[in-house]
Amino acid sequence: VNGVHDMGGMHGLGPIQYERNEPVFHAPWQGRAFALNLAAAAWRKWSLDAFRHQIELIPPADYLRMSYYEKWLTAVTERLVESGLVTRAEVESGKPAPGSLKATPPLTAAQVPAMLRSGALASRDVPATPHFHAGQRVRARNINPLGHTRLPRYARGKVGTVDRDHGVYVFPDAIAHGVEENPQHVYSVRFTARELWGDEWSNQASPRDAVYIDLWDDYLEAA
Amino acid sequence: MSAPPHGHDHDHDHQVVPSDPALRVKALESLLTEKGLVDPKALDALIDKYEREVGPRNGARVVARAWVDPAYKQRLFQDATAAIGELGYGGAQGEHMVVVENTPQVHNLIVCTLCSCYPWSVLGLPPAWYKSAPYRSRAVIDPRGVLREFGLQVADETEIRVWDSTAEIRYLVLPERPAGSESLDETQLAALVTRDAMVGVAKVALPSKGATP
Repeated sequence: VNGVHDMGGMHGLGPIQYERNEPVFHAPWQGRAFALNLAAAAWRKWSLDAFRHQIELIPPADYLRMSYYEKWLTAVTERLVESGLVTRAEVESGKPAPGSLKATPPLTAAQVPAMLRSGALASRDVPATPHFHAGQRVRARNINPLGHTRLPRYARGKVGTVDRDHGVYVFPDAIAHGVEENPQHVYSVRFTARELWGDEWSNQASPRDAVYIDLWDDYLEAA
Repeated sequence: MSAPPHGHDHDHDHQVVPSDPALRVKALESLLTEKGLVDPKALDALIDKYEREVGPRNGARVVARAWVDPAYKQRLFQDATAAIGELGYGGAQGEHMVVVENTPQVHNLIVCTLCSCYPWSVLGLPPAWYKSAPYRSRAVIDPRGVLREFGLQVADETEIRVWDSTAEIRYLVLPERPAGSESLDETQLAALVTRDAMVGVAKVALPSKGATP
């Protein structure tokens, strides 16, 4: 979806606000929202990309206004409802529906260290033919899907050079929508700053500079 | 895990919103707990982990080891995930690591323009500025301007490489070892390495020369 989350290259969003000695969470509720999301994801009812897509579906004006963990809270609430773990009525009332069964949480405190230590591999040990190789010129396809994608707008249609092949990974455009993983090669593709931004914009992209973007096979075509 | 006082004066990460997220998250946690969907003690454990254990000191140890041990540095470039694992770090948001090296010729900068991807296992959770619209929008189009805002002037003849974390690969910058640090041991070196240097918005400096933020 061509949302406001896809910010690379936008102007006018202001100066960077740096905070010295920043705490990990600025208020206790942010820590709860963070942890709630991880604990709810332990039900494995949705993928990380489904969660990202849920955030992308927040209307642009709200997206820009909301704080970071408020977006998380909004998205995890939607995921919980969509997956059937809770109902909208339960969210609104804050109470379990009368007569509903009590589940057993999939993540206990004792399991937290092991869960974080193992993480979740996005790579897949399956054979997949690489369509490109390091050193090859490639063009990022001009696609504008209504669903989830990790091909940023600022790269679409632009020509770059494959820097390296990272191996085979699940395809976010598929797993965000709960369809088969479609594992394929991911490459780091080098785009020169001049290719991405031209040579006439006011801040004068340096001819030396480049942006490296991780792109799946399906995002690329030979150039 | 009570919130310590913090004297910052801007409101980027906790602005006024129509319905109070603090109340909403409390209500949601209470609902999920009553339904047996989450264990509040697991939430405590997760928060504690990232408030007290998983942070940039991990990455600093990786960097210091690479500075003193050329064989380790080589392994770091061959398979960063495995080399970082040697020091005991890995797992969530560090499953697929790549390390990029700063030199006098090349300066690397990490960003996630689409969301907030960040190498948790070595740097902890990202700071607010990294997740903010200004940084995400500008790092790719105006890296030199962004770095100037961080107080870092990169020489014209140095190439800047911006790494946009669009996939599940997580990047860590190996900063340049500061001149004059030859007599320091690995532990002393690790103490110099900042989070910002490992994202690429700062250099590592000796304390006497005045550290950047």
